[in-house]
Amino acid sequence: MHGDRMPLIEISGVSKHFGEGDTRVDALRDIDLTVRQGEVVALLGPSGSGKTTLLNVLGCIIDPTQGRVTLDGELVFDGRWLRGDLRRLRLDKIGFIFQFHNLLPFLSARDNVALVLTLAGKSKVEAQARAAELLDYLEVGHRAGAMPALLSGGEAQRVAIARALANSPRIILADEPTAALDSKRAGIVMDLLRKLAAEQGACIVAVTHDEKIYDRFDRLFHLRDGVLESEEGEEP
Amino acid sequence: MNLAYRDVRHNLFRFVLTCLGLSLLMAVVLAMIGIYNGLVADALNIVKAPQADLWVVEAGTQGPFAEASKIPGSTRDAVARLHGVADAGGITYQTVEASHAGDTLRLYVIGYQPGHLGGPQTIAEGRGITQTHFELVADRKTGLALGDRIRLGRDSFAVVGLVENTMNSGGDPAAFVTLADAQTLQSQLAPPAQRVQTARGAGLLESADTVAAVIARLEPAADPRDVAQTVRQWKHLGALTQDEQEGILIGSVVDRAKRQIGLFLGILLTVSAVVIALIIYTMTMEKLKQIATLKLIGAPDRTIIGLIVQQSLALGMVGWSFGLILILLFKDFFPRRVVLEPVNAAVLAGIIVVVCVAASGLGVRAALKVDPATAIGG
Repeated sequence: MHGDRMPLIEISGVSKHFGEGDTRVDALRDIDLTVRQGEVVALLGPSGSGKTTLLNVLGCIIDPTQGRVTLDGELVFDGRWLRGDLRRLRLDKIGFIFQFHNLLPFLSARDNVALVLTLAGKSKVEAQARAAELLDYLEVGHRAGAMPALLSGGEAQRVAIARALANSPRIILADEPTAALDSKRAGIVMDLLRKLAAEQGACIVAVTHDEKIYDRFDRLFHLRDGVLESEEGEEP
Repeated sequence: MNLAYRDVRHNLFRFVLTCLGLSLLMAVVLAMIGIYNGLVADALNIVKAPQADLWVVEAGTQGPFAEASKIPGSTRDAVARLHGVADAGGITYQTVEASHAGDTLRLYVIGYQPGHLGGPQTIAEGRGITQTHFELVADRKTGLALGDRIRLGRDSFAVVGLVENTMNSGGDPAAFVTLADAQTLQSQLAPPAQRVQTARGAGLLESADTVAAVIARLEPAADPRDVAQTVRQWKHLGALTQDEQEGILIGSVVDRAKRQIGLFLGILLTVSAVVIALIIYTMTMEKLKQIATLKLIGAPDRTIIGLIVQQSLALGMVGWSFGLILILLFKDFFPRRVVLEPVNAAVLAGIIVVVCVAASGLGVRAALKVDPATAIGG
C-alpha cells in the first residue's frame, strides 16, 4: 500500500561483523531493506540477533562492514561514509526515541525539545515556540516547564517524541519506545507515532519486543543471526 | 542555551558544596601569598621606616639585619660631619621578651635618637617620644594601649604612642625607645651577674655607648655611593646604600622563607589542579549517557567540550572568589601580617583559569571517547 511512496531508507547488501578469526561475530548479513514515507515498521528478534546493530547502522552511529545506505534520497554510505559530518546528518534527517526517554535531566521538557532546534541553528525564540507547539500537539504542553524527574513515564516519552520530531526529520528510529510504559500507554504512544508518520511524511523504524503493539506496525521484520526476514516470509 | 549553566543550576547544592571545598584550598593559596608578601613588607618596613640613604655599620658585616653589627655611638657625629650628609642618627635593634598583663610579649626594640633619623614615621595614636627616658612607642600588634606601662629590663616604660605595621621579618612587633634606654637595656645585667663581672674587672674598658648602625640622610645632590665610599675609608666601618640594604634583606633574610612558601604554593596549586581534574572527571563520568544522547541527537563536539570546560572554569572561579572573600574576612586573625595586593589575586585567577582548562582535559577526553551508541539500549 506504500509502494508508490518515496523510499526514505534504502539499504542493500549491508553486513556488519565484529572481531576477526575465531572471535568474529556476524551481526548483520547482507541486509536489504526499504522503508517508505509514512511506513511504520518493527524490527523483532531475540537478544543478540542484530536489531540494535541495524538501528545503529540506520542512525549512522556505526560503520557497516560493507553495503550501501541511502537516507532520504541521499546515498550516505557506499563502502565508506560519504559525509564527514554524520552528527549534522543525524540532526537534520533522523529523530531518535529511546527506551528510557533519555531526556537531559537538567533541562525542562520545553528546553529538551528546544535544544535540538538551537543545535540546528534556530534562534532561541523560534526554538521555544516550536517546542511549545510540539508539546501542545503531543498533549503535554501543560508540563512544558517541568523537569524530566517530575514527569510520569508517559509524559516523559511524549516529550522524548517531541524532541525526536523537533527538526521535522524524515526518519524516526525508536529503540523499545514502549518498554517503559503499560499496555494502555504503549498503545497510545504507538497510535501517536503512526499519526505523526502519516502527517509528517516520515517513516518509523522501531525495535520492539512488545507483542501487544505488533498490530500497530505496517510491517514486521525478524532478525535471526543477522539475517533479516519479513513476518510474511516476503523479501524485505 | 548554556548547558553548563543549566547543569550547575540543576545540581546547585552539590556545585556550591564543591566550590566551598575548593575555596578553602584557594584561601590557603591566597594566605600563603599574603604571608609571603607580609614577610617581605614587614622586613622592608623596618629598613624603609628611617627613610635613610646610607647605613654605616661595622666593617666586614652586612648589619644590622643580616648580621650583628656594633660600632661606637660617637660614629654618628663623624658621619654627620661628612660632606653631603644632611642628618644622621645612631640606631640599635634587639629582640626582647617582656611580660604584660599575664602574657609574654616578644618585642623588636628599636633605639633611636629623638630629633634624628630612626624614629617612627607616622604615629597612628598618641604622640612620639619627648622625654629622655622611659617612654615607648609600640606597634598595635603588641596589644599595648596608650597609657599602659611595661617593664623592659629593670625599667618601666610608659606607652605614649602607637604605630601600625611596623614589624621585623620574624613578625615581632616594634617598640621604639630612646637610644639611651636601648643601650641600657642592651648592657644592663641582673645585679648578681653585674657583681660577678665587676669582681672580674670585665667590662671596665668596654663602653656602653655602642650602636648597631648609624643611618644617614643625604643632601639631594649627594650620591650615596660616593658617601659610602668615603665612609669605607675608615677601616673599622662599612657602608651600605639603602638599595643595598634592602637587597641584602630580601636576598639573605627573606630568601629562604620565600623559597619555602614558593614550594608550598607550587604544591598547593598542583593539589588544586588534581582536585579540579578529579571533580570534573567525576562530573563527566556521571554524565556519560547524557553526553552520548547529545552526540546522538547531533550536538557537535564544541557543545560537549563547552559544557565541561565552562563547568570547570565556573568551579575554579567561584572557588577562587569564595577563597578571596574568606581570606579577606579572616586575614586579620592570622598571627603574621597577610598582605594581599590586587595583582596577586589577579595572577592567581589567571593561574586558576589555566589549571581549570588543563584539568578539564581529562573529562573532555572521556567525553569525546563516548560512543553515541551507548545512548541506545538500557
